[in-house]
Amino acid sequence: MERRSDAPASPYKVIGTRPIRHDGEDKVTGRAQFAADVNFRDQLYGKVLRSPHAHARILAVDVSRAQALPGVKAIATHQDLPTLGEAMLETGEGAENTKYMTDRILASDKALYKGHPIAAVAATDPWTAEQALGLIEVRYEPLPAVVDVLDAMQPDAPLLYPDVTTSTLGKRERKATNVIRHTRHQRGDIEKGFAQADHVIEREFRTATVHQGYIEPQACSALARSDGQITVWTGTQGAFPVREQLATLLKLPLSQIKVVPMEIGGGFGGKIQVYLEPLAVILSRKSGRPVKLGMTRADVFQATGPAPRVVSRIKLGVKRDGTLTAAKAWLVYECGAFPSVYGVMGANMVLAPYRLANVQVDSYDVLTNTSKTAAYRAPASPQALFGTEAVMDELAERLGMDPLELRLKNAVEEGDARVDGLVYPRLGLKECLRAALASDHYRSAPPKGPNRARAVALGYWHNNSFTSSATVGVNMDGTASVVTGSTDIGGSRASMAIMAAETLGLKAEEVRPSVADTDSIGHTDVTGGSRTTFATGYAVYEAAQDALAQLKTRVARLWDVPADQVEFREGAFHGTGDGKGDGKGNGHPPLTVRQLGKELARVGGPVLGSATVSPKGVGPGFGVHIADIEVDPETGKVTILRYTAVQDVGRAIHPAYVEGQMQGGVVQGIGWALNEEYVFNDQGEMLNPGFLDYRMPTMPDVPRIETILVEVPNPGHPYGVRGVGETPIVPPLGTLHNAIARAVGVRLRSLPMSPPKVVQALQEKARAEAVAARPG
Amino acid sequence: MTTNRVVTATINGVETPLLVDTRMSLLEALRDAAGLTGTKEGCLTGDCGACTVILDGRPVDSCLVMAAEVEGAAITTVEGLARNGALHPVQQAFLDHAALQCGVCTPGFLVSAKALLDKNPAPTEEQIRYWLAGNLCRCTGYEKILSAVQDAARSLKTTR
Repeated sequence: MERRSDAPASPYKVIGTRPIRHDGEDKVTGRAQFAADVNFRDQLYGKVLRSPHAHARILAVDVSRAQALPGVKAIATHQDLPTLGEAMLETGEGAENTKYMTDRILASDKALYKGHPIAAVAATDPWTAEQALGLIEVRYEPLPAVVDVLDAMQPDAPLLYPDVTTSTLGKRERKATNVIRHTRHQRGDIEKGFAQADHVIEREFRTATVHQGYIEPQACSALARSDGQITVWTGTQGAFPVREQLATLLKLPLSQIKVVPMEIGGGFGGKIQVYLEPLAVILSRKSGRPVKLGMTRADVFQATGPAPRVVSRIKLGVKRDGTLTAAKAWLVYECGAFPSVYGVMGANMVLAPYRLANVQVDSYDVLTNTSKTAAYRAPASPQALFGTEAVMDELAERLGMDPLELRLKNAVEEGDARVDGLVYPRLGLKECLRAALASDHYRSAPPKGPNRARAVALGYWHNNSFTSSATVGVNMDGTASVVTGSTDIGGSRASMAIMAAETLGLKAEEVRPSVADTDSIGHTDVTGGSRTTFATGYAVYEAAQDALAQLKTRVARLWDVPADQVEFREGAFHGTGDGKGDGKGNGHPPLTVRQLGKELARVGGPVLGSATVSPKGVGPGFGVHIADIEVDPETGKVTILRYTAVQDVGRAIHPAYVEGQMQGGVVQGIGWALNEEYVFNDQGEMLNPGFLDYRMPTMPDVPRIETILVEVPNPGHPYGVRGVGETPIVPPLGTLHNAIARAVGVRLRSLPMSPPKVVQALQEKARAEAVAARPG
Repeated sequence: MTTNRVVTATINGVETPLLVDTRMSLLEALRDAAGLTGTKEGCLTGDCGACTVILDGRPVDSCLVMAAEVEGAAITTVEGLARNGALHPVQQAFLDHAALQCGVCTPGFLVSAKALLDKNPAPTEEQIRYWLAGNLCRCTGYEKILSAVQDAARSLKTTR
């Protein structure tokens, strides 16, 4: 792998190395315990009854026949949940209004999407539970469903809620609608800006609904004891947010709930909201036994958060020399059946890579009769930047300018402000663009032959922080343990161990990292938002510093000097005395933590450092992708010949897992660009809720993914970390769109760019050319 | 209408009688009756490969095989790849190359890759990609999995 660093040579011993992950062996031998692997001797099996209609009034639910079936021990319906008032609960990558939360868990008066839970059953075996679902009688009055966001915005559209009105620029309008929010950002004068432009291009774009596609379906177990204490074992991106959601939904104190995060089989933003956990708790409360629940793949597709479909209109103006003069963006984000916030986020993303004096962004969040949308890797950003990057490419073509040079001319840097006013700290977009220009891939000859081309696009994600906790314990032999509350999805235990080892002067293998349940560590937010290595890593660093401060008093006792004459640097304790007077510390040779370990017993014993932090210095993430492709004009199939991802990664703590984040993000982006989509009928039913027809990339679909790690350390983190996980899913949409355009001369502007759509576009182009060529 | 029966199969080299419900798939029998939870469920429709096991020498999706069908069969699961505490070269290569992130597809990939290397000790990149086309991974982009399988093939060659 090509690796490039614009920063000075690494000052670190452990950071930047590639140790084998500590939890690796359990994962290659099948010993790792995921949520579905948890079993109890007396457990019940839960199943969920889901609405067959995308929109229907629920007239009656009769569970009496199901209740009477031998083996059925409990049934849960909406009546088992309290009514909650309006309040926003921040869950990590999107907030949820509590007023709608209970309805999302179990429908009350209306079913709002196909797959909406109506009731849940717990029985002694899964077959009995399944049979009981068939005995629950639900009377529905089907209502017209609205599936498309633009249809949902029409004044005569079927309404999901009778009392939802638009919040326009902070003010609430009076008329009921599906449009829950209109967000606007403005700067300068766009009319004047477009008037200054030599070229103005405005285009409309559409993306399809796509799913996070984690391989492990949602699963959990719950045990509610008769004394009211609750334990939940689940696969989640955040045990603490699960506890908070359960406490809110069930009106319980946090201290009454313990959430045990099991190994998680992928999340990508989709395992933050609770779905099954409240049902398992209610069923366990009613039955007095542990209850295990799991989703089928069809449930996962139909009833867990996909990423929103977006319709966008992007207008950019540019001078002959390539300087952008103005930008206008109009975005519509699909909420699904419950309010969400991705339109607000998309407004911040859509023009984020570019320095713009004159800009206006309007963004809408719109309800539809589909499952509530959820975070998906860089939530809101891929859909927003898809259109921007496509227009930038068209401008570059019109100007006859290299598309990377056009971007370099307009790229943001430290001190520039995003449309919403956020001022950028140190960032590495220009460094990435220069690295892309200098890369072996970009300098090599573009692919020769018909229907082949090379193209580029940018990506951005703001990266999050939130709160994290960690403890670092130094053992009696000088080895250490590090405990955090961050679910490990992609190797974070290894990176926590590396950062603790670097701080303490140990080897990565001398640190034992683990992930704790909600009783055993301080509050920690989700593994998501590209925040874990940054914020939890920060907590680990602070906890290790706390441990070192305590160890200094041990060293002082050992050396019989005041504690302020001991310092820790270059991996060892040193005396700071000046060699005169009573500066006794000076006479001692440096002492490592390992060496100190042997002495700990007689100078006060082992220590435990701890920290809870909410660091402010988040570093934004930018990346540049390059693709060479070939289009088969007969079949419409796009073959990727070569792909390179360049990204500012701050500082790569464990470079192999940084590359892994980039490669994984790229392939998810390739799927989003080329094949993945929810196919709905006009009744709001998803017609392809399985991996056969919802076509995620397989191994033969993708090429080798080359990575170039540009390291522009984030000054807001002691080790320069900036989030890396999310940015890489953003550029593939624009990159592949632009590559198809340059290869075969059609700009699809609609995702996915699947074979039938490519063929259709080529046929339309051929027809148009034939008409134009006709004489007369 | 519960119909239990005993099915005896050789699982990871050990003849094992299992009390199974006749409605159970092999996947459920392995996980629930044999307690071998290393084999994972991803879709139950044979599309993701997370539940791959080797059945009489052939990799199969255990979610598509009925438990009652495996009487007398030889089955290898992910738990059977390591021998006497030593990892199989493909397991070691996955660790060395950081070829897993969340790890839930990993057992299926390991079992499929072992079946490939048993049959074809020197596969080309294209052969690896097509052999593993039935195993979905959503985390890695497959890049490091490919490197790991290539490396495992090399190390098997030198130990052979």
